[in-house]
Amino acid sequence: MIPTRLIVAFFRDWGFRLDLYLKVNARLGDIPRRWQWITEQLYQSGIGVLHVILLVGTFIGMIAALQAGIALSTVGQQDQIGTFVALGLAREMAPFITAIILAATVGSAYAAELGTMAVSEELEALEVMSIDPLRLLVLPRLVALLVMCPVLTIICNIVGVLGGGFVAQAQYHVSFDLYMELALEALRATGTWIPLPKDIFAGLFKAFVFGAIVTVISCSCGLRTHGGALGVGTATRRAVRDSIIAIIISNYFMTWIIYR
Amino acid sequence: MSSSPIIRFKDVHKSFGSHNILKGLTFDVEKGRTLAIMGPSGTGKSVTLRHIVGLLQPDSGLVEVEGHDMAHIPQAEIAEMRTRMGFVFQSGALINWMTVADNLALPLRENTPLSEDEIARRVSEKLDWVHIADAAHKFPSELSGGMKKRVGLARALINDPDIILYDEPNAGLDPEIATAINRVICELTNNLSVTSIVVEHRIPCVKAVADEVIFLDEGRALLRDTPKNFFSSEHPRLVRFLGDQRDIPTTT
Ligand SMILES: Nc1ncnc2c1ncn2[C@@H]1O[C@H](COP(=O)(O)OP(=O)(O)OP(=O)(O)O)[C@@H](O)[C@H]1O
Ligand SMILES: [Mg+2]
Repeated sequence: MIPTRLIVAFFRDWGFRLDLYLKVNARLGDIPRRWQWITEQLYQSGIGVLHVILLVGTFIGMIAALQAGIALSTVGQQDQIGTFVALGLAREMAPFITAIILAATVGSAYAAELGTMAVSEELEALEVMSIDPLRLLVLPRLVALLVMCPVLTIICNIVGVLGGGFVAQAQYHVSFDLYMELALEALRATGTWIPLPKDIFAGLFKAFVFGAIVTVISCSCGLRTHGGALGVGTATRRAVRDSIIAIIISNYFMTWIIYR
Repeated sequence: MSSSPIIRFKDVHKSFGSHNILKGLTFDVEKGRTLAIMGPSGTGKSVTLRHIVGLLQPDSGLVEVEGHDMAHIPQAEIAEMRTRMGFVFQSGALINWMTVADNLALPLRENTPLSEDEIARRVSEKLDWVHIADAAHKFPSELSGGMKKRVGLARALINDPDIILYDEPNAGLDPEIATAINRVICELTNNLSVTSIVVEHRIPCVKAVADEVIFLDEGRALLRDTPKNFFSSEHPRLVRFLGDQRDIPTTT
């Protein structure tokens, strides 16, 4: 039996997040004026985590190649590793891993930054000065992740495929050229309606949605922080937890819609 | 000079959870006047000021600013009113990721069409007022508590507001700077179009700036008088609060 208090809190949280998302969307026209802060956020959320994406992306590709190789070599089909790695990365793993990394690094920073402002009366100071915190604080962060999540996903795709190629060659003696040929071949398949490589764009679409999810959840946790340093800790923890849950659940539904 | 009150509290009650802070607070301030609020720590002086800018709403009773009921005022109108108000936060409340100069420039950049040159001019003027011009390019984390306080004051004044609320503007300042800040506040409060409320513990400061003083205790305005009468009042609660700082009445 879940107490009603928890149910009410759940809907209040998600209502606030949805409201925040709609309000920030209504302020997208403000982007040109915010260029200075957007570039700053782009730098922090992009360049700041690039090395993590490079490292993790490479190893994810290597793991995928290893697993695909184990399965495929039992039926003598190890030549196909490239197909599996490329599709697995583009469709699922690259956007997912990138979003999780962004939630844990950038999203937690968003929650902590805004949370600190909330508990040190800075948000109230903005309110008293008639300055809209959504324009000033949330909009640049949203734009940064909407751009950076797909960009980093592409980078993750590239290093993942390369890492997988290395494993395919070293462990399963598949020539790198053949591996790459099959990988690119698999990615070239276009969609029914859109004449673009479907799997790549499906992954990028997911990344775009994940970027919005991480920003909105992290910023709303930050904006609603109360209770001093402890509150900032709670807000950060909750931002990362809820972002990861939302990424996984929304991923299922997006996959279902795109590939059914 | 009796004009209608700019700020009016009528039987305001406010509690946080089971904690009753304001219990029927009533007072008003007329245009161009300066009211000082004194009272023990934790009685709700800061809470009172927050009601005036609409950061808090009363549980019951009326808070009126320029004739508007602050609990039922449309969002657009309150935003407009706030551009004519200055609020000096007790903690300074500077935006920690912006330099001092950017902190001061922020309300101008966001809410006015002023050019960057004009903004820079106003920023340096206000920084001069509070004697902190050399800190313009520092971040708040690089400032001392007293310096943050002064930047907070400068920021509150950047719009040349009509209503200024000071939450302990002198706390944590050395006597020399406190005197200088007092002079700034005095000049502003002597300006007949500026209405001010000052929360202040230092008696010389109160005497210097205030037209009237109220004593806030137990959630009410226990006493209200001119500084001269206030500090020589025989009210037993006030006598206890002021202790040896009280003026001994010379008459009688
Ligand atoms: N947002 C809030 N939530 C819960 N309680 C609060 C809140 N704001 C203030 N209080 C409580 O209200 C009381 C009055 O607080 P306030 O800050 O107004 O005191 P003060 O008179 O300004 O004291 P000081 O001189 O120390 O600044 C305190 O007991 C405080 O705990
Ligand atoms: Mg206070």
